Amino acid sequence: MSTRTAPAPVPRAPARKGARRPKGIAGNTLSFWLFVGPFVVGLLVFSYVPIIWSLILSFFEAYNTVTPSKFVGVSNYVDMLTDRNFLSSLGTFTLFAIFIVPLTFVLSLALALLVNQVKIARAFFRSVFFLPTACSYVVASLIWRLSIFNGVRFGLANTILDWFGIDGIAWLSTVDPPWYWIPIVSVRLWLQLGFYMILFIAGLQRISPTLYEAAYVDGAKPGWQTFRYITLPQLRATSVAVLILNLIAAYQAFDEFYNLIGNVNFARPPLVYLYGISLGTIQDLGHGSAGALILAVIIMLVTLLQNKIFGFGKAGD
Amino acid sequence: MPAHLPSAGMSRRDLLKRTGGLAALAAFTAACGGNTGRPSDSGGGNKVNLSQWYHQYGETGTKEAALKYAKAYTDASVSVQWTPGDYGSKLSSGLLSNKGPDVFESQLNIGMVKSNQVVPLDDIIAEVKDDFQPGDLATNTVDGKVYGIRMIVDPQVIYYRKSLLDKAGIKPPETIDDLIAAAKELTTNKVKGIFVGNDGGLALGGPALWSSGGSYLTDDHKPGFTGERAAQAFSKLHELYASKSVLLGSPTDWTDPGAINQNLCAMQWIGMWAVPGMQKALGDDLGVIAFPALDAQGKPAVYSGGWTQFVSAKSPNVDAAKKLVKWLWIDKQDFQEDWSLNYGFHIPPRKSLAAKAAKLQNGVAADTVKLNADYGHTDNPAWTPKMGTAFGDMLTNIIRKGADPAGEISKAEKTVNAELSRLFG
Repeated sequence: MSTRTAPAPVPRAPARKGARRPKGIAGNTLSFWLFVGPFVVGLLVFSYVPIIWSLILSFFEAYNTVTPSKFVGVSNYVDMLTDRNFLSSLGTFTLFAIFIVPLTFVLSLALALLVNQVKIARAFFRSVFFLPTACSYVVASLIWRLSIFNGVRFGLANTILDWFGIDGIAWLSTVDPPWYWIPIVSVRLWLQLGFYMILFIAGLQRISPTLYEAAYVDGAKPGWQTFRYITLPQLRATSVAVLILNLIAAYQAFDEFYNLIGNVNFARPPLVYLYGISLGTIQDLGHGSAGALILAVIIMLVTLLQNKIFGFGKAGD
Repeated sequence: MPAHLPSAGMSRRDLLKRTGGLAALAAFTAACGGNTGRPSDSGGGNKVNLSQWYHQYGETGTKEAALKYAKAYTDASVSVQWTPGDYGSKLSSGLLSNKGPDVFESQLNIGMVKSNQVVPLDDIIAEVKDDFQPGDLATNTVDGKVYGIRMIVDPQVIYYRKSLLDKAGIKPPETIDDLIAAAKELTTNKVKGIFVGNDGGLALGGPALWSSGGSYLTDDHKPGFTGERAAQAFSKLHELYASKSVLLGSPTDWTDPGAINQNLCAMQWIGMWAVPGMQKALGDDLGVIAFPALDAQGKPAVYSGGWTQFVSAKSPNVDAAKKLVKWLWIDKQDFQEDWSLNYGFHIPPRKSLAAKAAKLQNGVAADTVKLNADYGHTDNPAWTPKMGTAFGDMLTNIIRKGADPAGEISKAEKTVNAELSRLFG
C-alpha cells in the first residue's frame, strides 16, 4: 500500500477573456500534416518508390524501359559482382577515399583551429573558407578543367610550371603518371573544406575553457599537449561525424569525375559507371538497379562498421 | 472535460491555414509535374502540340533556325527543346516516358527498335527513297523498315594547315605511319602535330578499324574488329598517342575547331561542320585528308556521321509527328538546304539537294564531299551503345594505357558477343 499522497492538482491558469479555444490533438494533427505532408509525399514518391522499383527491376531484364520485361532472378547481381568494370569502379572509389578522407579531415581541422584562434575578422575568414561550399560541383569542375588544369601552355597550372622552366602537363589526359588525381582531389578539397571546417569550429566552441585552464594549472603546455589530450578527445563526436559524412560523400563522387575526365574506365567511380549503364545511352536498368543496390548495401555496411569502430553515438558523446 | 471541443465553424485563421496548406501542396505537386517540353494547351488553339528535341549545335544561328522552322509549321504547335551537354543521356531518359519528345534527332540502334521507342517511317519516305544515299538508308533500316529520315551528313576527317606542312617539307600523310611521322615532324614547343581529342583519340577507333579492312560487325552479325590487322591498327593509335606529338588537354574538344584555329596544333580530326569556322580563322590555309590507310593493303577511311530525325513511339500524336517530319525533312527543301549550308557545313542527305549545294562545290568543302563519297562509312544500327562502351574501354586501355591489343580485343569481343546473342539469339 502506498503511503505517498497524491500530488495536489495544479491549478489551471484562468482562461483569458476572449482567448481562442485550444484545438487539441485534432487541430495539431491537421497542422502537422499540412506542413509535413507534402514532404512526406515527396519522400515517398521520389525516394521510397524508386528504391522499391529499383529493387524489383534488379531481378528483371529491362533494356530501354523502366517496366520489368523478363524475370532473370539474381543473374543481374551475379553479373555486376563479376563485372570487372564495376569492381574496378569500386577500386577507383577506394583510391579516391584514401586521398580525400584523411586530407579533408586534417585540413578542415587545421583550418578550424586557425580560424578559431583568429582574434580579428573571424567571421570574415569563416565566410571566405566556407564560400566555395556554395559553388556547384559542375561549375567548379569546369573552371578546373578549362582554366586551371587545361593541358595547353596558357593554363594556370602550366603557366606556373613554365616560370620554373618545367614543361606543361596534360593534367586530365595523362594516365601514366596519373596526374588527373591532382585536379580531381583538389577541386573536391576546395569545395568541401569550408563545410567540414564549420563543423569543427562548432565542435571547438563546445569545449569548455575551464578544461584548458585546469590543464594549464596541472602543467600542460599550450599547443600539441592540449591539442592531443583535450581538443582531440573533446572533438570525438564531431570527428566521427566528419569521417562518416566524408566517406559517404566519397562513395557518391560523380560530378567532378564526370566533368573533369568523363566516363573513362581507368578512373570511373561507381556512380559514374552505374549512370553510364542505366541512365546514360546504354539504358540497361536491370543491371544498373542491381549495381545501385549493391552499392547501397556496401555504403550501409561500411557506415555501420565505421560506427562500430568509432563508437559514434555512445553515451557521453 | 473532453480532450477537444468540436469545432464551432471555421475561423479566418483556420481558413488561411488550410488554404495556405492546400496552395503549398498544389505548388509542390505542380513542381513535381516538370517541364515536358510541350507547350501548354492554352495558346495552341485546337492544334496538336508537338515537342521537338535537338542537341546543341555549335554553329551560331542553328537554334534560331530550328525555332524558325517550328514557327513556320502551321498544322501543329511545335515547341523546340534545345539541349546543351549530354543530349544522348537526356534523350534516353526522355524516351522512357510519355513526357519525352514527339520528334527528336539521334542515331538509330537496334535496341530502340526492339524496345518500341521509334516508329517506322516507310510511308513518308517511300516517294523519295531513291533520292537518299544507300548508306544513309542502311544506317536507319532494321529488318527492312526505315525508322529515321537523315537530316544531315557530317563527314569526319583530318584537316591540316597547308603552310605548316609546306614549311616542314612534308606531304599530306597517306598511311598511318606517315601520319605519325608527320605529327612528330610538325610538333614544336608551341604547336603540337595533331589533335584527335582530349581522350587521346577514341574517335579514331572506327576509322583505324576501317582503314585496316575491318568493321564493327560483319554482315552476319559477328564482331568484325577481332583480326590481327585490327589489332595492328589499334596499336598504331597507341603509337601516335605515345609519340608526344598529340595535343592533349585542349580547352575545347575535337568537335570544336578552337585548337587548330588558335594554332595549338597543325592537324585536327574534326567534322565538316567546322569548315566555315576554320576558313574564317585560317582562310585558304586548310587542306583535308581521310584517315590514312593502315598500309598498302588498307584503304583510307571517313566516318560519315550525321543526325537523323525520328518519331517517338510513345508520342500521343504519332501521325501528327510523322507529318511534321515529312514536312520539314522531305518537303521543305529550302529549310533542308538552309540547315545544311548556312551555319556549319553538312552534306544534304538528298542527292538532288547535295548536287546543287553551291557552297560544297569548291575548295576544302568539295574535297571533303569527295572523300566522303569515296571512303565514307556510316553507322551499323546493330551496334548498340553497350557494344560501343566495351569498344571504347578497349581503345582506352590500348591507346592510353598501352595494353596488349589482342587481350583487350578479346575482352570487348566477349561483351559484344553477349549483346549479339541477346539481340539476335
